[in-house]
Amino acid sequence: MKTFTYRLKAFLVLAGVWLILIYPFSLQELYTGLAIALLLVLLPLPGNRVYAEIGLAPKRLIFTVVYIFVLIKEIFRANIDVAFRVIKPVLPIKPGIVKVKTRLKSRLGRLALANSITLTPGTITVEIKGDELFIHWIFVDAGDADTATQKIVSQFEKYLEVIFG
Amino acid sequence: MEVLAIIGALISLAGSLFLLLAAIGIFRMPDTYNRMQTGTKATTLGSLLFFIGIGFANPSWWGKLLALTIFIFITNPLSSHVLARALHFIGKSPLLKGSNDLEVRDDLAVEKAEEAKDTGKGDQV
Repeated sequence: MKTFTYRLKAFLVLAGVWLILIYPFSLQELYTGLAIALLLVLLPLPGNRVYAEIGLAPKRLIFTVVYIFVLIKEIFRANIDVAFRVIKPVLPIKPGIVKVKTRLKSRLGRLALANSITLTPGTITVEIKGDELFIHWIFVDAGDADTATQKIVSQFEKYLEVIFG
Repeated sequence: MEVLAIIGALISLAGSLFLLLAAIGIFRMPDTYNRMQTGTKATTLGSLLFFIGIGFANPSWWGKLLALTIFIFITNPLSSHVLARALHFIGKSPLLKGSNDLEVRDDLAVEKAEEAKDTGKGDQV
């Protein structure tokens, strides 16, 4: 039963990506794609197990949509911030690597958190060890680097905790 | 139809502006970490706006543009994370050349040094 659920989820993800990709639908393409997705899901590939962590409860789906908007807002804010840093005559940068702890347990959740942090300009996830993330910052404030980092992490964590459990 | 094309063109222009700023950033930034901060991140907002602009001009392409955006948003951070990780692994400190700022924070190097001490390997990091 457990293998069935993650296979179903993997199939839904693959089928969804295929549907988006062939957008002006034609039945022929649809059938071929679904057949190949089914084959991939039934093969005993090790990576398939990750899909078991995807939840399909309505609350999670709503939080996913909200999360995408939060992420886009954050990308806009940070991109403009970095753009201004680039065009200033004296580069206002003070790089450093800061350690942050995360509350997330699931592997997919941590992956999504690290990816979101890297997507927002000004921060790159350099390394993950257990529940500790090491983040390279373009400007480390001397005083409140820890609180600032914790803020950006918990902002994403809030949603990812619900989405990935 | 005309209006949509003009809106699309304007949004694409904004996107290309961010790509230009990223290119300038690659020139101006002093070390590899900071070049990655500006360079690899151009693909986020720059290409996002670019795709939205193209989507306005050609509404039937929305599906493919959405797929492209998803793939870029999944793969771009992974590649820049791997580059940064490899860079730190070979021992590059985030300290800027020329500034002898001893207060530069590098929690990862501290952690690695402690680990090396625990396993008795000495400081080979």
